[in-house]
Amino acid sequence: MSEVTLVDAPRRRIECTVDDRPVRVGEGDTILGACNREGIDTPTLCWGDTLTPKNACRVCVVEVEGSRALVPACSRKVEPGMVVRTDTPRVRHARKLVLELLGSSVDLSTTPRVDEWYDRYEADPTRFGEVARTVAQPAKVDNDLYVRDYAKCILCYKCVDACGDQWQGTFAIAVAGRGFASHISTEYDVPLPESACVYCGNCIEVCPTGALSFKVEFDKRADGTWAEDRQQVTDTICPYCGVGCTLSLTVQDNQIVRVGSPHDSSVTHGNLCIKGRFGWAHVAR
Amino acid sequence: MDLQFQGGEASAEERGALDRLLATQAPRRDLVLPALHAVHDAVGWLSPAGIDEIGRRLDVAPAEVFGVATFYAMFSTTPRPRRVTYVCEDIACTGGAHLTLDPSTDAHAVLPSPCLGLCDHAPARLELDGGRYVGPMARTSTLRGDHLLANVGTTAYGDLVAYRAAGGYRALARSFEVGPAAVVQMVSDWGLVGRGGAAFPTGRKWAAVAAQPTFPHYVVCNADESEPGTFKDRVLLEDDPFAIIEAMTIAGFATGAAQGYLYLRGEYPLAAERLENAFRLARSAGLLGQDIEGSGFSFDIDLRVGAGAYICGEETAIFNSIEGYRGEPRNKPPFPVDAGLFAKPTVVNNVETLACIPHIVLGDARETKLYCLSGAVASPGVYEAPLTVTLRELIESAGGVREGSTLKAVLLGGAAGAFAGPDDLDVEMSFTALRDAGLSLGSGVVMVIDETVDLGAFLARIADFFVDESCGQCVPCRVGTVRQQEAVARLRSGGDALHELALLRDVGVAMRDASICGLGQTAYNAIESAITRIGMFTKGAR
Repeated sequence: MSEVTLVDAPRRRIECTVDDRPVRVGEGDTILGACNREGIDTPTLCWGDTLTPKNACRVCVVEVEGSRALVPACSRKVEPGMVVRTDTPRVRHARKLVLELLGSSVDLSTTPRVDEWYDRYEADPTRFGEVARTVAQPAKVDNDLYVRDYAKCILCYKCVDACGDQWQGTFAIAVAGRGFASHISTEYDVPLPESACVYCGNCIEVCPTGALSFKVEFDKRADGTWAEDRQQVTDTICPYCGVGCTLSLTVQDNQIVRVGSPHDSSVTHGNLCIKGRFGWAHVAR
Repeated sequence: MDLQFQGGEASAEERGALDRLLATQAPRRDLVLPALHAVHDAVGWLSPAGIDEIGRRLDVAPAEVFGVATFYAMFSTTPRPRRVTYVCEDIACTGGAHLTLDPSTDAHAVLPSPCLGLCDHAPARLELDGGRYVGPMARTSTLRGDHLLANVGTTAYGDLVAYRAAGGYRALARSFEVGPAAVVQMVSDWGLVGRGGAAFPTGRKWAAVAAQPTFPHYVVCNADESEPGTFKDRVLLEDDPFAIIEAMTIAGFATGAAQGYLYLRGEYPLAAERLENAFRLARSAGLLGQDIEGSGFSFDIDLRVGAGAYICGEETAIFNSIEGYRGEPRNKPPFPVDAGLFAKPTVVNNVETLACIPHIVLGDARETKLYCLSGAVASPGVYEAPLTVTLRELIESAGGVREGSTLKAVLLGGAAGAFAGPDDLDVEMSFTALRDAGLSLGSGVVMVIDETVDLGAFLARIADFFVDESCGQCVPCRVGTVRQQEAVARLRSGGDALHELALLRDVGVAMRDASICGLGQTAYNAIESAITRIGMFTKGAR
């Protein structure tokens, strides 16, 4: 996904060092931004290009000289003269453990790139044994549009932020409970049709692990017919109203299986409403 | 906001509780926690209809109110009697041994609780009725000290005249004479460091907030004393509330704040009652409110009561809790002095830290510290002693190790602290000496462990504590504390020590390095020190 491009007032440039390389970034840029500029690939899970960094997953941590603990690259702003290291033994250890802790407790089978990161950090999520506690639970299939499979939820908070004050303003879900029992929940854990959910699907758009997915995708994965190599993404404009949201239709075997919107679209920033996201059944007929 | 409420019609009791809360103040998001308390106290639990009613009155989505309600251990979202007895299942009271609870009845719930801050009354129980304090009434522990504890054990807690007769409010008058900058200077020059556990220089916090051009500024008193084995702040608040109120007022004057919040843990209902009364007396005497004592300075304090969450004592989690959100810590920076409560410059000080302030302003401060002696000592209690006291002297002042017992270890600093062994007894109990010795003073916990304690069970309880109290926000702590708990359990049942110790270390280092806040960063400390300093689980591992 390309970065959101906004025309801002010119910003002061700040110099820092990342892995012994001098880097110049704009004032207000994050360490992650500096890493991206230098082509230093940094794993992220809870970071989203359209959301305020939550820095909850901690897989992007880096070492900053003078800081006792490691710092999250996704949210920490670059300061003049900052000395950042992204591949020290401490950083590698923390990233490896974060991946192992997540992988041992959550189903990451549909999380993009996670196997690559396991290899890079030599992570072995099975090392805690077979009795390690997990968040395994049946998927919540309570409506025809999308499925919540919280066995795959890493609690990145992105769906809550997208549903709440950062985009949709519906506040249908929040984090409930505490500690390992924390979970994403409607009020009183009621099924979606009884909740305030308006089925905009903006939570699905930002979910990094596939815990939230279109019912079509969920069913196809279940019956073994989900085939990404037979899928094509086509952009078009939503036909319903005058706003003109860009739709990115994922099509498999001549059937729409997923609808998104480009995150750099100045109209949607990746967000849609129920009509754009789910109102395409007539196309298939 | 266009919010949906489908939880049903609130009962007359639930509505009445909210009517009373909102009779004198406008609805605001930061009243979520007081509103949850009001409804919970009225009917004993939080029903969907009651939560909906809170959301409706305060314009907050029910999913969010539910998320906040389920964050706190003392709130129930299933039916429960109003009358509740909490039984401490924590290390000072049980040594980690399994707790057998009396059966609950339809009229009376009996529940296990983490440390109740009544370790001087071990085994501790706390009885509440509709949130109000019922017992234990008998307070028989040793509270020894003539400086910070001078008013403790007197009736000054409910008597402003007595407090003033004992020298109270002279420090505030002196502050008005010398001005805010001079007060900050005095605190800096004296070298006061925070006594909640982190030992950060108080003067630096005050100076930073005083210099902020953004207003308003806030003063927060952190009375969420929850570190297992700590009860000194409870004693100060119960017996000397005016001293803390006076100190907060001085802090407000020195840092340019007009509003303070005293955040008290939910397990301290007696302190809450006495504080409410003290606020009332101070207001009617013109010592809180507009134009205090004709100085032109105005300051008031709101009491906020937690509901069972150790994490809310973290200096940024306390802001989220006060603001009506889940008590999850914030990432730093920004630091509280830059953007704290309501994103404004904020001073957060521990109760004991504040108790030092009037003495510093009056120039009669002595270098003493409050130590919480618990466990296998003859007379558990709060002991005030110079920071040069040794561990051995402290234990002796509490009557020594309980008769017939042998000292096996001493836990210093609580669950986030470290174990001292029998060879460490001559260490000086100061911040620096303990740090140099690889130990930690923390919040002043001195928990003596004798040979009757099963240290494995003790460590397992510490591991359970961190699992229960992790907020769940960041991965290293949310999952790491669980993996730590599992590894300790396997070690206790004879698991492969080499493998498990390596696992514990790997997880512990990641929690320390990568967690958002101090809870995760210290969750491995005690277990690590038990392994490295007193040789737990290492038989056959070397």
